[in-house]
Amino acid sequence: MTDMESKALQAKEKAEVTSPAEQTRPGLVFTPAVDIFETDKEITLLADMPGVKAEDLNIDLNDNVLTLDGDVTAPENAAEVDVIREYRTGKYYRQFSLSQVIDQEKIKAEVKDGVLRLTLSKVKAATQRKIAVKSK
Amino acid sequence: MFLLRRPGDWPAWGWGNPFAELDRMRKQMDLLSSAFTRTSSEDIPAGVFPMINVTEDKNNYYVRAELPGLKADALDISVTSDNLTITGERKMALEGDKAQYHRKEREAGTFSRIISLPAAIDADKADAKSVDGVLTVTLPKAEAAKPKQIVVRSS
Repeated sequence: MTDMESKALQAKEKAEVTSPAEQTRPGLVFTPAVDIFETDKEITLLADMPGVKAEDLNIDLNDNVLTLDGDVTAPENAAEVDVIREYRTGKYYRQFSLSQVIDQEKIKAEVKDGVLRLTLSKVKAATQRKIAVKSK
Repeated sequence: MFLLRRPGDWPAWGWGNPFAELDRMRKQMDLLSSAFTRTSSEDIPAGVFPMINVTEDKNNYYVRAELPGLKADALDISVTSDNLTITGERKMALEGDKAQYHRKEREAGTFSRIISLPAAIDADKADAKSVDGVLTVTLPKAEAAKPKQIVVRSS
């Protein structure tokens, strides 16, 4: 990657999920910002999900569809009254379709400071076999 | 035909971003259209990172901001009797030059924001904690700012 100078971060509104399946519990659902990059051996996904603890995060892999579902409890306690509210809180949900290249048994996930790091190992390439051609 | 321009239209600052003007107009249209949909109790956000929520209860103000990926020691928080300043930098680990990106939506950079508080607070007893990327600053109200009951005498 090229050198990145420190520039000022811009305030961005959180993107609400446009057409989710209906939620069983009421509340807002947001799309987390995600970086996906790959190296030779693995594909790594980094998702910003502030307020999500490791135990509230459900990662599901079903039929090559990876689902990230992070539950967020509202941090305010009942006695608090709003003075300024610039952002809303809600759970995070996003789905990705994975290619066949992923070894679905070896997926590592860790959450630190509200950032999920998901490492998907690529399947070892099928070994090349030389096929001898016999000529009659 | 194209000579009929209002003065101030021509980009006087040179060959900068030719879309800066369009961008500015789009942002103003966004603000205008969202002014119709927002209820009157919602303010237009200050537009400075990070977005904050300020709540209060009887004794404290709570200022919360979502700062994923930032540890407590990367933040610089200072408070005066009526202002709170949050400064920091989000760094992203360089993933090595072999990494090829499919998608890059997260950003790294610096930020600094001053939040002026509705009433005086006790700066000595302020407390800040960062859990799972959510920063919560607890600011106890100064004694003078707490509501005091006034007993109504009848005589």
